[in-house]
Amino acid sequence: MKNTNMNKNTLKIGEQLVTRSIQFSGYSSILFVLMILFFLLYEGIPTIFEIPLKEIFSTRWYPIENYYGILPLILGSLVVTLGASLVAVPFGILTAVYIAEIAPKWVKEIMKPLVELLAGLPSVVLGFLGILIVSPFLRDKLHLPTGLTALTGSILLGGIAIPTIVSIAEDALNNVPNSYRLGALALGLTRWQTIWGVTVPAAKSGILMAVMLGVGRTIGETMTVMMVTGNAPLLPGSLNALFMPIRTMTATIASEMGEVASGSPHYHILFFIAVVLFLFTLLVNLIASNIGSKRIKRVEKMLS
Amino acid sequence: MGKILINKATFLLLICLLTACHAGRNGRQTEDLVDKNLYIENKGSDTMVNLALYWAEKYQSIHPEIRISITGGGSGTGISSLINNTVDLANASREITDQELKEANKNGVQPVETIVARDAIAIIVNPENPIEQLTLKQVSDIYSGKINNWSELGGDNRPIVRLSRETNSGTHVYFLEKVVRLGNKNDHTIFSASTLLLPSSEGIIAEVQDNPNAIGYDGLGYITPEVKVLSIAEKEGKEYVYPTLNSVNQNQYAISRNLFIYSTGTPKPHVQEYLNWLLSPDGQEIVKSLGFIPIQ
Repeated sequence: MKNTNMNKNTLKIGEQLVTRSIQFSGYSSILFVLMILFFLLYEGIPTIFEIPLKEIFSTRWYPIENYYGILPLILGSLVVTLGASLVAVPFGILTAVYIAEIAPKWVKEIMKPLVELLAGLPSVVLGFLGILIVSPFLRDKLHLPTGLTALTGSILLGGIAIPTIVSIAEDALNNVPNSYRLGALALGLTRWQTIWGVTVPAAKSGILMAVMLGVGRTIGETMTVMMVTGNAPLLPGSLNALFMPIRTMTATIASEMGEVASGSPHYHILFFIAVVLFLFTLLVNLIASNIGSKRIKRVEKMLS
Repeated sequence: MGKILINKATFLLLICLLTACHAGRNGRQTEDLVDKNLYIENKGSDTMVNLALYWAEKYQSIHPEIRISITGGGSGTGISSLINNTVDLANASREITDQELKEANKNGVQPVETIVARDAIAIIVNPENPIEQLTLKQVSDIYSGKINNWSELGGDNRPIVRLSRETNSGTHVYFLEKVVRLGNKNDHTIFSASTLLLPSSEGIIAEVQDNPNAIGYDGLGYITPEVKVLSIAEKEGKEYVYPTLNSVNQNQYAISRNLFIYSTGTPKPHVQEYLNWLLSPDGQEIVKSLGFIPIQ
């Protein structure tokens, strides 16, 4: 009697321990994000008091001579992200449609792991590819003054975003109930009409989420961008900016943080840029998760 | 009673930790020797920080009893610390000024100058580019954005792509002061915004090697044979000089400077020994490996 009681007790303690540690791991990720945000704000906010707002949002970035305009950096990041989406979204969605709807089973079994392998490619390796192959190729074929441009960065970043988009969009397509396809075919639609008229629209929210998560990856990417975009803080004014060098927020932080005197205005504004970057990724992730939650509702509806 | 026990326990723990630290740092021996003042405090030029670190590392591996501490902060910081007698050696990428000398004498310090290395920057273009020589003013106009096509300099009709190191590199700052502003302190010209800022020397060499539109600059020691080095004239009408170990050492090449270490008039023997070693073939080999020009 006593013995079983003790066993129960130890079981309880063990259970408690496991529950607590799982709980702690769950909370810790929230804690880390909050701590990082606090740290960024703590180091970045002083900028507002050190540099007039008008100067922060001016157009010249040359911090060693006190030019602190971050506008070219923000726009630079946006241009590269936009360019990367133009590359990655069509490619990613088409690849996902092919894998999910068209490819024979054995092709599917080879392609899916291969695409996921692409996601594991270190970005510095992509950067090397960019410097040695993509950039000279683009300069030659498009007759650009230099191949180190936003376009080069966009293409390579597209390569980084594609695996994310493919694998999430493909899951979304697979989640479309087979009865949809069979129904469409029974109505006399061709395979093509079934895909574009029924399957893809049914998986729309999942595909949108895939796109947003892919875009989120490209905004934060640093190494590749730093190696291939030339890092010239030019203010992108028109679509032409895609064919010119640009400087992104991530590349600026990465290349300048190492040498900056801690506590100086330059140091604080680098953290301020990090805050801006954080807000951008937060926004993208919020949109993505919103779309995602809508999707769950749809699935629930379908099941009921 | 319990409290005392705990205190004893923490005390023991502390002792353990302290001795562990001690053993870990291989400390006892060095600590004793530090007491004998075998310590060299070295501060100054940011351009020379890496060089100084490599020197110190090598020297400490040969003479484990010596401890060398290296700090950057800039040439001015180093020299003023020397004047205030808080460092043994000050690194400087410029000569000491008269003002600083006066202050030093007032404090009873007699700074002694040693040239430990030279720094030269080569201007490079693609081998396809027909341009062979430029004046400093022309290079300045290119980088500040006044000249935008090679044809304005008698070359092909090609846009100029300007390459530079990132702003955190000492070479970038030196190039800004010496070339873009032509050494004029009141000049506030900065690099054209379209200047590509590349994170590494290798990146600059690779792009110049590959792109006939490009112009770049880099420490003479980093230049590879695949790019074309230009001859530079200090002013219009002066002789164009090609940078070589010789022309730099004879002070003929315009974009070069001496790197100095200032010591106090009567350095401690181990400091003097260190200075002598810097000028030895061993020390100068490190100068060469970091892209600076060794003293001949």
